[in-house]
Amino acid sequence: MTGSAKVALVDYGSGNLRSVAKALERSGLEVVRADSPAELDGADGIVLPGAGAFRDALDHLRSQGLDEAVLNAVSRGRPYLGLCLGLQVLFEEGDEHGTVPGLGYFKGRVERFPESGSGSERLLVPHIGWNRVHFRGDHPMVAELPESDDFYFVHSYRPVPSESDSVVGVCEYGEEFAAAVARDSVFAVQFHPEKSQQSGKRLLDAYARWVEKSR
Amino acid sequence: MSLFKRIIPCLDVDQGRVVKGVQYVDHVDCGDPVQVAQVYDEQEADEITFLDITASHEERGILLDVVSRTAETVFMPLTVGGGVRSVQDIRDLLNAGADKVSIMTAAVHDPDLVCDAAAKIGSANLVLAIDARAVREEGDLVTPRRWEVYTHGGRRPTGIDAVEWAQKMAESGAGEILLTSMDRDGTKSGYDLGLLRAVSDSVGIPVIASGGGGNAADLASALGRGPEEGGAQAALAASIFHFGETTVARVKRDLMARGISVRPPSDHAEAQKPLS
Repeated sequence: MTGSAKVALVDYGSGNLRSVAKALERSGLEVVRADSPAELDGADGIVLPGAGAFRDALDHLRSQGLDEAVLNAVSRGRPYLGLCLGLQVLFEEGDEHGTVPGLGYFKGRVERFPESGSGSERLLVPHIGWNRVHFRGDHPMVAELPESDDFYFVHSYRPVPSESDSVVGVCEYGEEFAAAVARDSVFAVQFHPEKSQQSGKRLLDAYARWVEKSR
Repeated sequence: MSLFKRIIPCLDVDQGRVVKGVQYVDHVDCGDPVQVAQVYDEQEADEITFLDITASHEERGILLDVVSRTAETVFMPLTVGGGVRSVQDIRDLLNAGADKVSIMTAAVHDPDLVCDAAAKIGSANLVLAIDARAVREEGDLVTPRRWEVYTHGGRRPTGIDAVEWAQKMAESGAGEILLTSMDRDGTKSGYDLGLLRAVSDSVGIPVIASGGGGNAADLASALGRGPEEGGAQAALAASIFHFGETTVARVKRDLMARGISVRPPSDHAEAQKPLS
């Protein structure tokens, strides 16, 4: 194949796509915005960004028929990169504004950080700012990343996987939580590489190489 | 807990230009916001904040343009505030590329706005900005114990107690508090540590210290967790970075030497020059 690899940036009404699109382009990828299943067909990779509420995200994905389309693309081995909400929707259910079923690719739930500590030891929620992620496990993306790197987080909810072998990156906030999960052609992170300066670029460059190799 | 404390340069933006005043007056032109944001990105600022001080709401398009050009150019977190009146204003700024939006005056006028926005957009991207001024009773020369909320760029007193307001808005769904001491803003005489401590002890969300940061020692006092320190999660500063005195990376090195946990600057960031 010739030309740069093309990724579909899934637009399901989850706010700004501009930063993500520009950051992917900086890593050498061609980006097409996809708001319907047909637009995922010709793509070499799928990127699901997003900030906001779990329920709204799933409602939009289902009403646009993108839930099935995304899972189909994944089953055909197209590298999937999930960012923040794009990680959360992959789990079985979320409890933001009532329990809502997710796509169920990973076993486990998306839950709010628990209340913990008191006084100056109180765990502040949302978790906002730069925190260190330690990568581990056996996945093509992990092989391309440093052992640990600092990334920008802004979230109140985090995944609680029930299968620990899907966890490929951990971060400490009150307790250790899953900051990156992966299996086969899916790699997803709770943080924002598109806002994480050089460490974010390293991760998106690694994704671009993975997409290129998978064509 | 390994979450790093954040250093945030703040840009006051008036009709698309960066300005910096002392105690809300005497504004000096400091350049194009996108270019200034690029400089702070190279210095590895942890976030950047734009506060729009343009008087007319009709000129909103200029700000949205600045936000989108910034989001296309720098890959760092961007908070935008100033003149945000409705959930639609918040959405417009997020869609233009802001990561967080801060609300101030409109929240005082309509206390349901924060609740409404939190339900529709989520708390994590919603910042409540508080401009507070110490209340000094007649003959009271000791450390102030009360602070009052002001609006309209510090011109209008509201009679609202700043600590109670912070608690109420945190319960309503604000995700973070940007707390500015108007007594200290632009003076470089240090943050109001009493105010910071009073608010950070009262809420379970992060507090950003603002107003008065003149050097690394001031930032360290605002971010430290000791009984006489501010206990803030992040420190906002403008004067020390805008006028060519120092860089974010140098301040971070200084903070690390003082025992404050910040994201270590890279060699690239350390090689950067101050804004000229």
